[in-house]
Amino acid sequence: MNKVLMKGNEALAEAAVRAGCRYFFGYPITPQTELPQYLSKRMPEIGGVFLQAESEIAAINMVYGASGAGARVMTSSSSPGISLKAEGISYIAGAELPCVIVNMMRGGPGLGTIQPAQGDYFQATKGGGHGDYKLLVLAPASVQEAVDLTIQAFDLADKYRNPVMILGDGILGQMMEPVEFKLTENNELPVKEWATTGKKGRKKNIINSLYLQAEKLEQHVNRLADKFGEMEAKEQKAETYLTDDAEILLAAYGTTSRVCRKAVDMAREEGIKAGLFRPISLWPFPEYALQQVLGRVKGILTVEMSLGQMIEDVRLAVNGKVPTDFYGRVGGMVPTSRDVLEKIVAFREVL
Amino acid sequence: MQKVIFNEEKCKGCELCTTVCPKKIVYMDEKKINSKGFHPATVTQQEECISCGFCAMMCPDVVIEVRRPSKEGKKDE
Amino acid sequence: MKVIFEKPKSLEDVTFHYCPGCTHGIIHRLIAEVIDELEIQEKTIGVAPVGCAVLAYDYFDVDMHEAAHGRAPAVATGIKRVHPKNVVFAYQGDGDLASIGMAEVVHAAARGEKITIIFVNNAIYGMTGGQMAPTTLVGQVTNTSPTGRDVEHSGYPIRVSEMLGSLVGPGNSMKRVSVHDPKHIGQAKKAIKEAFINQIEGKGFSLVEVLSTCPTNWGKTPVEALKWLEEKMLPYYPLGDFSPKEGV
Repeated sequence: MNKVLMKGNEALAEAAVRAGCRYFFGYPITPQTELPQYLSKRMPEIGGVFLQAESEIAAINMVYGASGAGARVMTSSSSPGISLKAEGISYIAGAELPCVIVNMMRGGPGLGTIQPAQGDYFQATKGGGHGDYKLLVLAPASVQEAVDLTIQAFDLADKYRNPVMILGDGILGQMMEPVEFKLTENNELPVKEWATTGKKGRKKNIINSLYLQAEKLEQHVNRLADKFGEMEAKEQKAETYLTDDAEILLAAYGTTSRVCRKAVDMAREEGIKAGLFRPISLWPFPEYALQQVLGRVKGILTVEMSLGQMIEDVRLAVNGKVPTDFYGRVGGMVPTSRDVLEKIVAFREVL
Repeated sequence: MQKVIFNEEKCKGCELCTTVCPKKIVYMDEKKINSKGFHPATVTQQEECISCGFCAMMCPDVVIEVRRPSKEGKKDE
Repeated sequence: MKVIFEKPKSLEDVTFHYCPGCTHGIIHRLIAEVIDELEIQEKTIGVAPVGCAVLAYDYFDVDMHEAAHGRAPAVATGIKRVHPKNVVFAYQGDGDLASIGMAEVVHAAARGEKITIIFVNNAIYGMTGGQMAPTTLVGQVTNTSPTGRDVEHSGYPIRVSEMLGSLVGPGNSMKRVSVHDPKHIGQAKKAIKEAFINQIEGKGFSLVEVLSTCPTNWGKTPVEALKWLEEKMLPYYPLGDFSPKEGV
């Protein structure tokens, strides 16, 4: 056990290296810039490539090229930069290429602020780019979890030939916590027979998302849909806290879930049976896990640093069986445990 | 002896080949229509062809193959 | 009989979708001939653009990527950084490269990225049906400059080769060629070959701007279009080597 104290962004970068990522293309934007800075030093040490692109658009297209060429590759950005990458992400999903994309969310819309927020949930889980595609979206709540999920993200990306997004926020990126880099047993990367490496000894490979015949594109998109269906069945991840006897269930992810965990403890001290449901995979949303903890739940309070985005998935998952309410702060403001407790008390009264 | 061979099915009738032939022997065969609906380019005076390859160089659709006879006394290569 | 001219091996045996007389087909063939002559078919990776040449991946018998509009130099960069010993080329039109993708090509050139770009300049958007391009000549009528390109309104056409040649260092190569007659086609092939060799020798970024025709959207016969290229485009887009000089 060798724990080191690291900043979220840097730990995540090191996790990518440990996962076998040797190519990084990015562009500076607060609050994720420590990640590319770290890799600009680290990649040359291990024979990898760090390249600061001229824009987020160029960076994601370099990822498209490198991924199609068979590499483990990553890019990172923050909200406005992810909007710029949206075109490329759609192409990457359409061409079925694996890669890992990090979004350390900041306040929006527009230039917004550099302070933390969770306003990109819809963009991450419902689209962002054009067309029918899905990203696997993982939301760590600690630096250690960011490390573990990043390592898993590369394997999942390769397994499904689909981009995987690590969705954090400015707090996760900036805070320091002790982390351990667990050695992965299997360091062999999968063989990618579809990659462009030069056609020596085989027929040519084409990396493409264009299907001009309607029947062909429908076939292609339906095949993607089968893959997304498999992800929905196999890749839902969630954590629960004191849900066995919970009557008031909090639902929150990432940074906000830490605030809510504390609020659950405070509520319990006041004799309120509160619990926490924390999605780790935002897409697929862990609806099965949520349905399993509903037993004695009288109401679900979703807490986000947004105007209310994940709450739509909570509502879809419970399908009217349980009343829901929402508490959120925006603009870079972070809800406090006391704020959440007050909301729990008020919500309990109307149930 | 065919020195210049036209894959008439691939021809789109653009006529560019006809403008560069130094012997002016490439013409559009108005008696024929290929499956694309074009009069294809052709050469009938094969003996006039000097195998310069200009028509093939100018063709945007790789319709034309050009051959050059071996010198007398030499076997075909 | 010795075959002196036939379909190059690196070109698929299919009919191009291009309009009759469109010179894209000539340029495709020249690239394939160069790949064959340099014996690099098995290690070449190409990048197709968005525009008329969007289906180029069906025409070259080498590994291919299809890129988003204008992003081919970034995609090629990603490929080349992963496979530095392979030969990576991108094929782009004037809307793709000089309008929506200008940032990508400028920065690929500025980095001295060891890739080869074949830039087809026909002064118009072909695929979308004849709109004004960044390279449309002053006064040229298109579907979005119906009274002719007006300098007051749209400014001057961009000379990509000169521009790139002025902002990067030695090792990088920018040349402008044309395909309006067999002599110039020969010169174009030589420039394309040199651009690939520049990459293979690890010297830097290479771009060959090829002046090309669009008979359909210019509203001309293919033969008239070649004449228009020679008479109208050559004076504004002089042929030659615009590579940066040593010490720039």
